Amino acid sequence: MATSTLPSSATTKPVVELVEATVRFCGDSGDGMQLAGTQLTNTSALIGNDIATFPDFPAEIRAPRGTKAGVSGFQIHFASQEIFTPGDQVDALVAMNPAALVTNLSDLIVGGILIVNKDSFDAKGLEQAGYKTSPLTDGSLDRYRLIPVDMTATTRNSVAGLGLSQKEADRCKNFYAMGLVFWLYDRPLDPTLRYIDDKFAKNATVAEANRRALKAGYHYGETVEAFQNQFRVPKAKLPPGKYRNIMGNQATAIGLVAAAKRSGKTLYYASYPITPASDILHELSKFKNYGVRTFQAEDEIAAMTSIVGAAFGGAMGVTGSSGPGIALKQEGMGLAVMTELPMLIINVQRGGPSTGLPTKTEQADLLQAMFGRNGECPLAVIAARSPADCFDVVQEAWRIATRFMTPVMVLTDGYIANGSEPWRIPDVASLEPIEITHPAPVAATSNGDGANGHAAEAFMPYRRNERLARPWALPGTPGMMHRIGGLEKQDVTGNVNYEPANHQHMINTRARKIANISADIPLATVEGCDSGDVLVVGWGGTYGALETAVRKQVAAGAKVGHLHLRYLNPLPRNLGELLKRFKKVLVAELNMGQLRTLLRSEFLVDCIGLNKVQGKPFQVHEVEAKIHELLKS
Amino acid sequence: MSTEALPVLTPNDFASDQDVRWCPGCGDYSILAQMKKVLASLGVVRENTVFVSGIGCSSRFPYYMNTYGIHSIHGRAPAVATGLKIARPELSVWVITGDGDALSIGGNHLMHCIRRNLDMNIVLFNNRIYGLTKGQYSPTSPLGQINKSAPLGVIDNPLHPLSIAIGCEATFVARSIDVNIKHLGMVLERAAAHNGTAFIEVYQNCNVFNDGAWEYATDRNTKLDTTIELEHGKPLIFGKNRDKGIRLNGLEPEVVELGKGISEDDLLFHDEKAAEPSLAYLLSRMRFPEYPEPIGVFRAVDRPRYEEEVVRQIDAATKKQGEGTLESLFNAGDTWDIN
Repeated sequence: MATSTLPSSATTKPVVELVEATVRFCGDSGDGMQLAGTQLTNTSALIGNDIATFPDFPAEIRAPRGTKAGVSGFQIHFASQEIFTPGDQVDALVAMNPAALVTNLSDLIVGGILIVNKDSFDAKGLEQAGYKTSPLTDGSLDRYRLIPVDMTATTRNSVAGLGLSQKEADRCKNFYAMGLVFWLYDRPLDPTLRYIDDKFAKNATVAEANRRALKAGYHYGETVEAFQNQFRVPKAKLPPGKYRNIMGNQATAIGLVAAAKRSGKTLYYASYPITPASDILHELSKFKNYGVRTFQAEDEIAAMTSIVGAAFGGAMGVTGSSGPGIALKQEGMGLAVMTELPMLIINVQRGGPSTGLPTKTEQADLLQAMFGRNGECPLAVIAARSPADCFDVVQEAWRIATRFMTPVMVLTDGYIANGSEPWRIPDVASLEPIEITHPAPVAATSNGDGANGHAAEAFMPYRRNERLARPWALPGTPGMMHRIGGLEKQDVTGNVNYEPANHQHMINTRARKIANISADIPLATVEGCDSGDVLVVGWGGTYGALETAVRKQVAAGAKVGHLHLRYLNPLPRNLGELLKRFKKVLVAELNMGQLRTLLRSEFLVDCIGLNKVQGKPFQVHEVEAKIHELLKS
Repeated sequence: MSTEALPVLTPNDFASDQDVRWCPGCGDYSILAQMKKVLASLGVVRENTVFVSGIGCSSRFPYYMNTYGIHSIHGRAPAVATGLKIARPELSVWVITGDGDALSIGGNHLMHCIRRNLDMNIVLFNNRIYGLTKGQYSPTSPLGQINKSAPLGVIDNPLHPLSIAIGCEATFVARSIDVNIKHLGMVLERAAAHNGTAFIEVYQNCNVFNDGAWEYATDRNTKLDTTIELEHGKPLIFGKNRDKGIRLNGLEPEVVELGKGISEDDLLFHDEKAAEPSLAYLLSRMRFPEYPEPIGVFRAVDRPRYEEEVVRQIDAATKKQGEGTLESLFNAGDTWDIN
């Protein structure tokens, strides 16, 4: 995609300008690849590129060194135009050892740049990766622009004299690799140098070693003959505004704080550590000066049921987890539905079933969200489509929860939770309040004693408004004393009631209340063509891949549209009509057809599925191939 | 709001309008009556009080109290109460639970709730049976007990609720008996006054599925010999004629007769404020018929309350960093402008 050749300001080598580039760092899980990727991400964002990232790491913290099981990778796509995915294939691959090379090479484009640490290609390293002969010398890498660098030795040299042990010196290798990639793509070192100053403020020697390694890598690019030129990816033309780089879990945490402020509520976040949701707890536990109360519960069930208690007390109760933890919370969610209290349950989905693939992404918890509880137990379900979208979605979820007095399940996934993108920082003044009312105290003299109390004008905890939401009366309010629980309620009074007709009525009412939400949410929209041959329907974190594929197909003249669902329960009220505007409906999701099942049963539309459960996001070409197949058949 | 003096409440003001649906003769009635009496006598404000329960006969308790209440799900009352208390530290929170609810399905929550020492009261109605599900053995059922799910006798070693609480670093541990109403009232009052998690075991008779389980401790002919009332700073003396006591023999308590060369000074003196819980634990292990079973306050010590620590950290961070605004939250870290 070279568009022009410019003389570089920094070096004597020519600079080739690109519209976009995709780079992946891969190495041992102890090699600091996530840090290398994060630094390249932040730097690229700061110089104004659009970015999308894909960290991919093993569940084991430190698998045996040099093995394929321990390979950790970080992919970043940066561009001078709007982008939605971290890229199908990579233009440049940095492999720190043979195991990383063998597990990642297939994603490198033919003719792509392949930087390897040749010092790690010794007999043991090759054997661990399953190489019989060294790929660096046997010609098997001839299709790539192979640049073997003696990274270990050069890094050691660059930090010589600082008094570091060999092990400590070797730990600087990732900065060397970063420096080299920064040179290759003409990125400034300043943001990373600032990071080093900040991160290693208490250890001047390590800071200096990392600085030296970073600069050594950069200078190596300048001087080594293997590189004929640098690349440059100019600023992207994003909507004007102030931006920062944000990861999905970060956006979730910030969005929760924003929702609490907008509604004048205390945020109470209860969670049990679980991959890939723990970062929400980590983030929120730092926000103490925002009044956030975090609780690391003894288990998933306690996290869930404690938010029922917090919600009864009038706080903004939120819990977050991933699939297995959500399964444990389901009985508590049933109590939340029965007590009709507002709260949020965030599911950062990962590969299942059971423990499954803890660090890999999947969308296979949609039906769990919809139907995972005993009894007829509907709650609202809403899904975020990208890292920055998590910010908006959790606030929208809280708006719905309080307006309809219902728990809301928020679905994100490991891909958008750990991925990052530029986030246009909203103007605080533009955020509207989320209005919440609580019944006012009844004067003490009136002796109003609550629904099951003695007063004539008793408070009725299940008397509903026009949306069928019940009042949220808080402990501490005189005259509003009431008792709620998991047993079936009598309509209006909330007293325990087992009568057949009442049960039917309450089941119908709870269902209608959730269905009513559809009048309170926006209509679904179609991107690309608004009618035609194929409508691609998706939800959640697959937005980027589906949108990119549809745009490419539309550009090629196909009559294809993309409908991405944020609201999964209830569905937007115009959805059925939109589905009928296309000859074929393709439901693409990272599960075996869960949304497809729902759409078929709801609308009797013969949806076709594109389904993948490999722990990885869709690649754009996979979606395009399926669209193409449907267009032809 | 009226500025008149608050009306003095009677026990009846704490009764809701719901019919009490425990079996006639159930020990729960007595506990309910004592609770209402104690709250009235303490001048408790009803709207600032929340009863939280799990599942089981005892867990119907909140429906009968004219306060706020949550009848939650099986075993989870301590967790529900924890969330409520962290969100609203100023509320007075009571957890009502049973031996199955607290020690079996909810064991994990009980353990962690107690160790965190939130300022709440947990009252465990121990009837040594599952009543609401009609008669299966519970974690406190004695070995050999014949019941619906153990027709040949229970083979699960029973738990001692107070030993568990003490093992979980409880700051307040007490025991009383449903029909010993004066004593029960005293224990509930002490629990209400304690700052921190107060754990109370109440021997409660299930007259339908496990009638007489505590008869040895309640029968007027035997109770003075089978139970021993703990009083802080006093020697452990019991018996109809107060002629027996508990003496420590190494790490073992032994029953001795007073006189015959043994004086009160030789006996174990109760110290509910001992920093080390070992003696309280030892008392919690004393079971009939080898020993008289202690009732009263085993342990009452002071330790920081979890919810206060939560607020303290928030206040300290706010003082140090200033109150966070959305402006500062959104703009944290590196930002850039696009024009």
